[in-house]
Amino acid sequence: MKDGTIEVHYLTRVEGHGNIHVEIEGGRLQSYRWEIPEAPRFFEAMVRGQSYMDVAHITSRICGICSIGHTLCALQAVENALGVRPSEQTLLLRKLLLHGETVQSHILHAGYLAAPDFLGAPSVVPLVGTHREVVLTVIRLHRLANEWSDLIGGRTTHPINAVVSGWTSLPTEEQLADLRRRLEAAMPEAWALVDVFKTFSIPDFTRDTEYIALRHPEEYAFYEGDIVSTDGGAVAPADYRQRIVEFIVPYSTAKRARSDHRSGYAVGALARFNNNYDLLTPGAKKAAETLGLRPICCNPFMNTVAQVVEVVHALEDGRQLIDRLLERGLRVEDRAVPVRAGTGVGAVEVPRGLLIHEYTLDEAGKVTAANLIIPTGQNHQNIEDDMGMLVPQIIERPQEEVRLMLEMLVRAYDPCISCSTHLLQVTMR
Amino acid sequence: MKPRVAIFDFGCCEGCQLQIVNLEEDILGLLGLVDVVTWREAMSEQSDEFDIAIVEGSITREDEVPRLQWIRDHAKILIALGACAHIGGINCIKNRFDLEEVRRYVYGAHAEAFDTAPTRPVGAVVKVDAAVPGCPINRQEFVEIVKALLLGKKPSLPTYAVCVECKRKNNVCLFDKGMVCLGPVTRAGCGAICPSFGNSCEGCRGVVPDPNLNSHGEVLAQYGLSVEDILRFFNLYGGCQDEVGCFRSALEARGGK
Repeated sequence: MKDGTIEVHYLTRVEGHGNIHVEIEGGRLQSYRWEIPEAPRFFEAMVRGQSYMDVAHITSRICGICSIGHTLCALQAVENALGVRPSEQTLLLRKLLLHGETVQSHILHAGYLAAPDFLGAPSVVPLVGTHREVVLTVIRLHRLANEWSDLIGGRTTHPINAVVSGWTSLPTEEQLADLRRRLEAAMPEAWALVDVFKTFSIPDFTRDTEYIALRHPEEYAFYEGDIVSTDGGAVAPADYRQRIVEFIVPYSTAKRARSDHRSGYAVGALARFNNNYDLLTPGAKKAAETLGLRPICCNPFMNTVAQVVEVVHALEDGRQLIDRLLERGLRVEDRAVPVRAGTGVGAVEVPRGLLIHEYTLDEAGKVTAANLIIPTGQNHQNIEDDMGMLVPQIIERPQEEVRLMLEMLVRAYDPCISCSTHLLQVTMR
Repeated sequence: MKPRVAIFDFGCCEGCQLQIVNLEEDILGLLGLVDVVTWREAMSEQSDEFDIAIVEGSITREDEVPRLQWIRDHAKILIALGACAHIGGINCIKNRFDLEEVRRYVYGAHAEAFDTAPTRPVGAVVKVDAAVPGCPINRQEFVEIVKALLLGKKPSLPTYAVCVECKRKNNVCLFDKGMVCLGPVTRAGCGAICPSFGNSCEGCRGVVPDPNLNSHGEVLAQYGLSVEDILRFFNLYGGCQDEVGCFRSALEARGGK
């Protein structure tokens, strides 16, 4: 295209509202913006004055898709403020619950929202007729992930029983053994998904990018770890401000973040994969090999592929977590905590990347200050930087194609805009 | 022609739309009965022509009012989906603060660029034909309500309290465990899901019609609880309900501390 504006007002098949705005004049890219017009919801302000016991249930409502991650991150931050470390049983169950959410969310994105782009459909609905087996595989995996979250957390969305220092209810050992059998039985389904993705032609685009994720010495980090980067260095979550700088642009209600030494950086499945490849389960490594994904990969479109790899990982690691729980035996534990004043940081890898919650509590355990750093907020700047490099490379193509590529780019980040507030509109002028 | 359905959202977490996706295979059955013509979260197609509008989220900015009015004008039937649309939901917490201060706290020097208004449920702005309560909604209840509407019936919600469902399940009463619970005054229909997983009912489905304030006051007095203990939960999802103010005065008058 030579002249024109691409305006995608409210990008579809993403969580929340966002706009893409690109102006091209005389065959040159003039301006590009990734705008978030979603109504701001002010959670950081709303939690002030609330009891430490209610913070997780409130911040869970930031996002329907990552509600489990927000819940666990809030609990971790509150526990750090109170100076308590939950039991081994609690940690194992939290990790198992978080895997349930990772699979729920990745299948929703890779299967329901992104796959239609690769199969040339505007949504998953027509695929029911043309690719019925693919759709049924996606539905079965999604259902399993939901029932997995139901079992551990009481509900697929907004978990009920995960509370400060423990649980208000536990699954039975029989239920866990049954879930283990189902995770094992789902492996062929996961491989079917890998095989479908193997046939997709992923756009070939790379841009030198910094990837930030948690890293844990013994496991592919989801629930806990230090903040690391493909540029090197590691900091404890409590020191996140040394690495991450929040800032605001007037056309976006979502706060953005940049790294301490670069413009944007990326978080999410690809960031985790790039920083923690060595700690994936053997099956997940094999899936990565099958899909042609190798660290360090700087193609943002491969984020969806990394999600598929993580689905295999979560199914395999989920079984190991259940084995450890069953070996120990489940027991009702005391979850009383000493209430005191303090500040605590929680850092959890939610499906879309690194999530940070920080709360300050007074002597009565009421919140006096809060800061939340959301994965999609961290990706916004990087998305815009990618747009700036991608458009000149494809500028010769017809406007419709440029628009579709931009939509696919943003969708690949699996943006969750309710979280960061909401996302997507492409304006081409 | 099958009824055309459009799904819209305002300030919310979109978790209730997600429950529609979570119907999994069942959604295929529902798709046989209606044509979904607009659903930004799930599909690229969009249409201005629809019969049933499903609206999630609460109204938190003035510029959302004309958009909601437009939806109302185009829809024969408007369904409020979830606690945010039904009773205001979690966004109501904001209303207890000075909104200028709230904007400055989150956006600092850029506060002026970010408009906000007191939170209102959808029904406070336009006429609502049916509501699906809950945070999040109960998937089966959603299906039942849609089915009733498709059959031309007015869907009915339970008019009794969560307590009734909880007792039917033989759960140990949370008050006896030293906890606070809104089960006695919250509208049933969730199967008492939270107490069944050992945690308090936080009132996300809204206050039951004609709540029994006398007996609730007695429960508070019996367990040595304060009005603040109860309002802690009322104010989580239900802060926009008129009943909350009535509760405070009624409970204070009847034995609450």
